[in-house]
Amino acid sequence: MTTKSIGEPIKRVEDARLVTGKGRYSDDLMPGALEMAVLRSPLAHAKIISIDIDPVLDVPGVHAVYTYDDLEGPLAEPLPLLIPHPDLTHGRTQYALANGEVNYMGEAVAVVVADNRYIAEDAVNRIVVEYEALPVVVGVDGARKADNLVHEDVPGNVAARMEQGFGDVKKALKKAPNKLTLDLKIERSAASPMEGRGTVARWDQDLKRLSLWSSTQTSTGVRAAVASKLGLDLGQVDLITPDVGGGFGVKIMHPWPEELLVPLAAMNLGKPVKFTEDRREHFISSAHERGQEQHIEVGFDDEGRILGLDFQFWHDHGAYTPYGLIVPIITSTQFLGPYKLPAYHVVFESLYTNTVIVTPYRGAGRPQAVFAMERTMDAIAKHLGMDRAVVRQNNFIQPEEFPYAHGDLNFQDGRPLVYDSGNYPELMEKAKNLVGWGEYEAFRDEAKAEGRKVGIGIACYVEGTGVGPYEGGHVRIETNGKVKVATGLTSQGQGHETAFAQIVADELGAKFEDVEIVTGDTRRMPYSVGTFASRAAVMSGSAIALASRKAREKVLRLAADALEVSEDDLEINDSVVSVKGAPETKIELGTLAVLSNPLRYAFDEASKAATQFAVGDPTKPPIPDGEEPGLEGKDFYSPMRSTFASGIHAVIVETDPETAEISILKYAVVHDCGTLINPMIVEGQIHGGVAQGVGGALYERMEYDENGQLQNASFMDFLIPYVTEVPTKIDIDHQVTPSPLNPLGIKGAGEAGVIPTAAAFAAAIEDAEGITITSMPISPSELYDLRLRDSSAVDERTQA
Amino acid sequence: MKPAPFTYQRPSTLAQALTAYAAAPDAKVLAGGQSLIPLLSMRLASIEQLIDINGIDELSSITVDESGVRFGATVRHSELLSHPEVAKVQPLIPAALHHVAHPTIRNRGTTCGSIVHADASGEMPTVFALLDGVLTVQSTRGTRQLSTADLFIGALETSLEHDEIATEVFLPALPVNRGVAFDEIARRHGDYALVGVGAIVGIDDNNSITSVRAGYVSVSEVPAAIDLTEAFPGGVLSDEALAAAGELALTHLEPEADIHATIHYREQLVRVLTKRVVTAAYADAVARRKSSREESS
Ligand SMILES: Cc1cc2nc3c(=O)[nH]c(=O)nc-3n(C[C@H](O)[C@H](O)[C@H](O)COP(=O)(O)OP(=O)(O)OC[C@H]3O[C@@H](n4cnc5c(N)ncnc54)[C@H](O)[C@@H]3O)c2cc1C
Repeated sequence: MTTKSIGEPIKRVEDARLVTGKGRYSDDLMPGALEMAVLRSPLAHAKIISIDIDPVLDVPGVHAVYTYDDLEGPLAEPLPLLIPHPDLTHGRTQYALANGEVNYMGEAVAVVVADNRYIAEDAVNRIVVEYEALPVVVGVDGARKADNLVHEDVPGNVAARMEQGFGDVKKALKKAPNKLTLDLKIERSAASPMEGRGTVARWDQDLKRLSLWSSTQTSTGVRAAVASKLGLDLGQVDLITPDVGGGFGVKIMHPWPEELLVPLAAMNLGKPVKFTEDRREHFISSAHERGQEQHIEVGFDDEGRILGLDFQFWHDHGAYTPYGLIVPIITSTQFLGPYKLPAYHVVFESLYTNTVIVTPYRGAGRPQAVFAMERTMDAIAKHLGMDRAVVRQNNFIQPEEFPYAHGDLNFQDGRPLVYDSGNYPELMEKAKNLVGWGEYEAFRDEAKAEGRKVGIGIACYVEGTGVGPYEGGHVRIETNGKVKVATGLTSQGQGHETAFAQIVADELGAKFEDVEIVTGDTRRMPYSVGTFASRAAVMSGSAIALASRKAREKVLRLAADALEVSEDDLEINDSVVSVKGAPETKIELGTLAVLSNPLRYAFDEASKAATQFAVGDPTKPPIPDGEEPGLEGKDFYSPMRSTFASGIHAVIVETDPETAEISILKYAVVHDCGTLINPMIVEGQIHGGVAQGVGGALYERMEYDENGQLQNASFMDFLIPYVTEVPTKIDIDHQVTPSPLNPLGIKGAGEAGVIPTAAAFAAAIEDAEGITITSMPISPSELYDLRLRDSSAVDERTQA
Repeated sequence: MKPAPFTYQRPSTLAQALTAYAAAPDAKVLAGGQSLIPLLSMRLASIEQLIDINGIDELSSITVDESGVRFGATVRHSELLSHPEVAKVQPLIPAALHHVAHPTIRNRGTTCGSIVHADASGEMPTVFALLDGVLTVQSTRGTRQLSTADLFIGALETSLEHDEIATEVFLPALPVNRGVAFDEIARRHGDYALVGVGAIVGIDDNNSITSVRAGYVSVSEVPAAIDLTEAFPGGVLSDEALAAAGELALTHLEPEADIHATIHYREQLVRVLTKRVVTAAYADAVARRKSSREESS
């Protein structure tokens, strides 16, 4: 008997490669390729009066210089608006190279292709651009004031205004016995993967074929965009995703200007061309996220049950809207979390500013949403003098209420917002046990007696994961017994090679070690969407399970034939098909692969066994009707709607009474992502997510000055926490409520760790300090300022 | 992030290096490269020649005797930090070095280079000032010995002439009846300090304070050492005296705001760290006096 692979904490097979420096990232490919450097706008908003490239033309080693004037056809049009939406009335996208105007510091103005990056950068510095500075719009405040406009033809800097809701909120607020208003703010951060963007292209003039490698989260997306912008047939473009050093959302955005300009140069020059983004470029020309200001009006009864809630927010999306309204739509819907609201109204404005574009970053609008809702829950508890956990429990959707529809709200996939499964009361019990909610009062009193300040915070979330439209799986058993599996979405270090192999091992009965997973290679799987929204396990995992089942059916048909038994009598273990109860009657998967492909020519021992004089019933065609040669299975998974994971984080912090430094005493996570394929991988995702969440709560922010200059475009001043800043131990407990929407009961787990972190920290710091926290992230310096303001407010109160 | 073109030389003797350096007006010395290479790569600085001193054997030694610690221009932070004799003769050196960046950077960066870089947010320039160190600089024209006052003349600016290479640093030993401490607050472990403080406290046979000197990181234009003795009337370490010491220090410092901290916050850190570090240095002095008495009896 083989053991089940799904559910086992199998060590990640990709790690040996990745942690010993054997990963192959885009910059490792094609050594000697020509390299591209980009001239980026130093100003946040300006007209381009002239660009003089003459000083570059005679620089030895320079092969090409492009400005907007060199772009033709579709490439001269604005870049695609990837996700249109009827409410996005004023969507704008940038050009691959600026066309007369720049709208953020870092926008691409010209590119140089040279022998190497050194020369390319020398040359870029010689290009002379004359700018006429325009007034700059920074921050939600600046955008809303609209004294200046980012785009002349977009009134009020408003790209979209979207409104949704259910129930009669006005009435509910009027009648509610208790009412509160909150004004909140979350600042900008960024995904900041270790590897920035990178693209390599080679044009084969003989085959008329473009080979493209890009550090992306969507192989098929980049391929389609490049084909359409460069006027190639899709079939002429292969997109191969190499190892990708992290994405966290920023690489789902595509096509980046460089993803189009690199293949353009490769085709024009007939030589391989490479672009490797450096860190500064990543800060000023990739994407950011999180910046929002929020206003909440909530009415509730004396048990803290919400009767009606009005949520308004302003979303800073930067200079352009290539990714549509996805982030604010997620905020507006995922705000509801695990709670049952009888009446809800949300309206948001998505606003232009002269800053880097905003596209999804791990969590994608949810950390803001959870911050808003959980701050509301804490405010209600404080107002009523109730336990914060009890207020939440009083608002929970109950286990018997699933599937649960939030009125007629629509989610980011355009489908109704319906939760598939979950058990929030039990999650809360687990969370309280894990963090020691019951014993906390005594601990706080003890600490207080020692002159210490400690605080506890708790935050709940529900995360819509595994959005459609679909993913595919292709499973092929080779004659040597290896099982080659392909899925189209890409990997950025999540452990897909391991988790997907576990699924194949169980569903097919193959040896885990014989399974090899390939992701993000359009030559192997040209139909795919991409890796985002915690969807890889749900979507590709399900597709691979279905494809494995198809392969298994064929295996059993062939084996039944070969062993002359009924399919029902067969079992597959460790890549061997055998008769139940008679294990000596058996045949290996590799042998069946040989039999599946009748041959004319023999070139090795395995193929000898498959030649026409060796196999088959001479009275039948070598390949039976309705069958195909080869031992393969292919299938696609396309769900009705998203599946909803959930969880609760609780944190205990200590704040230094003198220096306002914030340290983490305990961090606890309970998490429900349905069936766990590999608990070790899930826990790794939680650890990484929490680390990123700590960054978002206590360290990271984009510091734009009033001129739209990013002040901290380096890892020296954009403070990603080191290992010394994240909790050494994260207590984790799992809950499993399988999803009824997919064959394995999986829900996504990739983003969860980062979603409620800022909310939990805000609550804990508020608890420690007795000062209301309305804005995150928070630094010791800001906390110190809050203390000063609070104590002067207290002074005023006592004097009055 | 690639530097503009420059030529590169790696002389193997000091004499060669001095000659080459004198001949090249737009050259820079490359020591550990942990400050210079980022500046060049981000094209915040550009030069014509780089003179790498890492191949010069005569600059790589550490000698420790009763008078103090003497080390050459290519001695790494990590070498000083792990040297057992250094810690005995001048414990402030390792106490401060622990706060300089991270191990990988300490393995490359030189302490001499850090002092010559003269960044008032670096720990070692402050330690140099606090200990009254001496820097030897040489050129084809001769040798000079520079004290703090001679060396640090402005923000990131020293009195080194364009042809002078710093060859050796001398940091005096800790006299008897003295204790030291160093502490800092940074946004993340190993980052440049928001504020850092080092202190040397002297005591008499009754454990009464006789002298208090403190050095400050990141709150002044040039590395600052301040005599705080007058804040401790009667040699008593009291809450009031410690608070007064912090205020006294602030009258000499110019904390500035940046994206990580307001002026108010830096002032508060000066107060808190002065209190903590002077207290710790006092305790260190008492402990040292006790253990030296025990050793001699
Ligand atoms: C990520 C990071 C974090 C850091 N954190 C800290 C920190 O917390 N605290 C801190 O103090 N430092 C920090 N540093 C800087 C580090 O300590 C450097 O090593 C040090 O500042 C300079 O030493 P170096 O040997 O690397 O000098 P280099 O970078 O080689 O040179 C620095 C400058 O000094 C000149 N120079 C060097 N040696 C000589 C010489 N012998 N004669 C004449 N001129 C010379 C060079 O020409 C150059 O102008 C950090 C560096 C990095 C990269």
